[in-house]
Amino acid sequence: MNAAVPIAEEADLPGRGARADYVRGFTMAAVLTAAAFTLVMSNALGNTPLTVAAVMGLAVAQVVVHMVFFLHMNSRSEGGWNLLALLFTLLLVLIVLSGSIWVMYHLNANMVPPSPDDMRQMP
Amino acid sequence: MQNPQHPPLPAGLDFARLLFGRLTWDALPLHEPIVVGTFLVVAAVGLAVLAGVTRYRLWGYLWREWFTSVDHKKIGAMYVILGLVMLLRGFVDALMMRAQQALSFGQSHGFLPPHHYDQLFTAHGVIMIFFVAMPLVVGLMNFVVPLQIGARDVAFPFLNNFSFWMTAGGAVMMMLSLFVGEFASTGWLAYPPLSGLAFSPGVGVDYYIWALQIAGVGTLLSGVNLVATIIKMRAPGMSLMKMPVFAWTALCTNVLIVATFPVLTAVLALLSLDREAGTHFFTNDLGGNPMMYVNLIWIWGHPEVYILILPAFGVFSEIVPTFSRKPLFGYVSMVYATIAITVLSYLVWLHHFFTMGAGGDVNGFFGITTMVISIPTGAKIFNWLFTMYRGRVRLELPMLWTLGFMVTFVIGGMTGVLLAVPAADFVLHNSLFLVAHFHNVIIGGVVFGMFAGINYWFPKAFGFRLDEFWGRVSFGFWLVGFYVAFMPLYVLGLMGVTRRMSHFDDPSLRIWFVIAAVGAGLILLGIVSFVVQIAVSVKNREALRDLTGDPWDARTLEWSTASPPPEYNFAFTPVVHENDAWWDMKARGYQRPSAGYLPIQMPSNTGAGVILAAISVVIGFGLVWHIWWLAAAAGAGLLAAAIGHSFPDAGERVIPVEHVVGVECSRSDMIRSVA
Amino acid sequence: MSAASQLRLVASRPRTQFHLTEPYHPENSVLLGFWIYLMSDCLIFSVLFATFGVLGRNYAGGPSGAALFELPVVAVNTGLLLVSSFTYGMAMISAQGGARRSALAWLGVTGLLGCGFLGLELSEFAHLIGEGAGPQRSAFLSSFFTLVGTHGLHVAFGVIWLTTLMVQVARRGLTETNLRRLMCLSLFWHFLDVIWIAVFSFVYLLGALK
Repeated sequence: MNAAVPIAEEADLPGRGARADYVRGFTMAAVLTAAAFTLVMSNALGNTPLTVAAVMGLAVAQVVVHMVFFLHMNSRSEGGWNLLALLFTLLLVLIVLSGSIWVMYHLNANMVPPSPDDMRQMP
Repeated sequence: MQNPQHPPLPAGLDFARLLFGRLTWDALPLHEPIVVGTFLVVAAVGLAVLAGVTRYRLWGYLWREWFTSVDHKKIGAMYVILGLVMLLRGFVDALMMRAQQALSFGQSHGFLPPHHYDQLFTAHGVIMIFFVAMPLVVGLMNFVVPLQIGARDVAFPFLNNFSFWMTAGGAVMMMLSLFVGEFASTGWLAYPPLSGLAFSPGVGVDYYIWALQIAGVGTLLSGVNLVATIIKMRAPGMSLMKMPVFAWTALCTNVLIVATFPVLTAVLALLSLDREAGTHFFTNDLGGNPMMYVNLIWIWGHPEVYILILPAFGVFSEIVPTFSRKPLFGYVSMVYATIAITVLSYLVWLHHFFTMGAGGDVNGFFGITTMVISIPTGAKIFNWLFTMYRGRVRLELPMLWTLGFMVTFVIGGMTGVLLAVPAADFVLHNSLFLVAHFHNVIIGGVVFGMFAGINYWFPKAFGFRLDEFWGRVSFGFWLVGFYVAFMPLYVLGLMGVTRRMSHFDDPSLRIWFVIAAVGAGLILLGIVSFVVQIAVSVKNREALRDLTGDPWDARTLEWSTASPPPEYNFAFTPVVHENDAWWDMKARGYQRPSAGYLPIQMPSNTGAGVILAAISVVIGFGLVWHIWWLAAAAGAGLLAAAIGHSFPDAGERVIPVEHVVGVECSRSDMIRSVA
Repeated sequence: MSAASQLRLVASRPRTQFHLTEPYHPENSVLLGFWIYLMSDCLIFSVLFATFGVLGRNYAGGPSGAALFELPVVAVNTGLLLVSSFTYGMAMISAQGGARRSALAWLGVTGLLGCGFLGLELSEFAHLIGEGAGPQRSAFLSSFFTLVGTHGLHVAFGVIWLTTLMVQVARRGLTETNLRRLMCLSLFWHFLDVIWIAVFSFVYLLGALK
């Protein structure tokens, strides 16, 4: 907290950016959001795996847009540590999500199927 | 659907419930003579300590110089002290378990009723992992890392103090459960449905949850702190590949802390929602799935194992080169092995529940990843061996502990690889073989590592070495005691004996439990000898004094400053040219500067950490006992205190140049007096 | 000081110089530290998402997402949060330009949008609970309420923080410390918007598909 020392070079700081960046990012994010909602609400592709894939693809695209234009993520900020931390976290998120779903799916698949009598007593 | 109706309460009870929640006089375990006895002993010792502190008027000193300190060295020391004190508690639990199992055969049911025995093994596990191993590891990193990287403090000194007090707050909750109410009787990971409301309606599991949540905040924040410290505050010239290996393992450990403790926090939060809010995450009905808890908690739990062992690996990587007088063999491979372990530790969690029934594909995958993770670990062992090869090995205390580790840990690692085979695990799961395995790696790895580290850095922290004789005695008892205590458990496990039993019928098993109890007694002697070692060393501190600051002829930067280091660590920021920076300095005829000192800016002490953590404990207490008004009021207080604390800018003070000159000159005199 | 400039610093020194003679101030770590904290928060959400992923179809005979979710409301909520991200960006630009008043105004707008988001979310929750689709009804609803509620809790905390910062900026102006705090909150606020993308996509949109 020494006022005499500059905190860092301008471009290195997350949270900084030009107005045009925000406008561009906002427009792209709005379009992507609207596309996802329209896709599901209008049922344009029907209830198909294609819709699921499209919604997921749009979400990933929008996350990237937010990261680049709002969070100003690039390989330079904090000497690359921000990006490295993000990538590592994404890897772990992927492991936690896909791992849990994979493990629990196999567990469910291996369960002894409930008898018709059990089924009737299920809440 | 209607909201579930609450049964009407009797009118008189209503008000007391509002005021005290579940807390009644029955919460005091007056009917349990063992607990009352323990309480009396703890109370007597506690009162004696308090009286002593008051008698010698130490309160002001402790508050100003220690409790409110933001100095990483003092905080590190407080962590280690916390860990050692809790070690005593956790070890008493262990002794009682060993005694119970040695006695409780056939007609005899020992001296512990089953529900008490269940609380004991739960508390033993929780304390040893969260309040012994973690504080020791975090404390050592806190003390050593800034010194090793040539920094004056950590990145966020206040946060560091706050983290410590949150960990201590968790320990307070833990101790509270012994005397007010009960502790969980579920095992150290509190699997549902046993830990759910239906089977554990009491406060035990709630104590478990809130003790860990409070301590978890501290652990997480100290992880963030040390990662930022290592990334940002290394001395000029110390590139990542010139960092000491301990700093590397500390970096990876804290990355693991930051990336896994949130998982624990979230899982425990879900469990408490199941208990308090009637949700159905881990219940048996309405779509809940208890195995999801097991899955999630091990996503935290396995990396946690490496959080504990990586710093120990770092300690050995400092000790072996120092006492072999050689640079570490394979520095680069050591670093990459550490990174590999860090990443792989996320890919093995299912080996803790092979028997869940996820099937061959899943078990096969996790079995193989588990075997793979032993490769970088093995590489490290070879690196240490090759460092010693043709070195001039000095068998000082830290090196003894290291040798004990290398033999013991390899055995534990090999039984781990056995357990990694899913087919074998189906036989050994939940048996005493498993108990023997993880004690083998945790005692042989973490505990030996921490004792090695304490013996190694004690002179740096306090300015005098630890007594050699009692240190050797302590090491001998620990080493022999470990084998006598845990080898029988391997045998019993292979015979199919399961863990967590308070009574056995088959008398042929008894001899093994008796041997194990003898082993626990030997470990007790090891602990007593350690206490004696400390006491003797304090008594003889003048004879053991380290005037040079470098008692072991060591290699890294922390040994370039005084023992104990001045509060600012280094009068001048070091410039690093090579690995083993201090060795390099010594080799090139480094001369201590004698002029040109500057005033130094340091952060001021603050009591905010103690206060915020104390409020957190009150919140936890309110939540455990369902004293909702107390929890809400304390929660509001915490928010207000946190906001209030953010208003003034962080306090700084300047150490005047005359003071720096005084400190450095007296150090020069000390060094001259040796030469 | 970046790592590269640190190395240059050393390269320019003689091999036998082992200490700096001038004062040395390592680069401030607050933003990096806060970013690391956010990454850990991200993992809390990953657990909640994983739980929703595993339990999210366990309706236990109760209502499903397709029967409960009102996508127009979610769309409005999404819009509020997205616009608030933009207005926060404007606040940062004003703050960096030293325009205290306009920064405060943009912050105020951001806070109001956050409150609007929270209000809509709470009314959605109240509606669901009123219909008997509370968190106790099924594992699906437990994980739904917890995931969305945790995000909402973060937004609520963000609003409290934002208010605190507005008071601090109004009192002390755009000091270096306050600017750094604004940047931390900026990271936090944008981060919450990123989490919300995952929430509306995976929970609401995919949940609304039959």
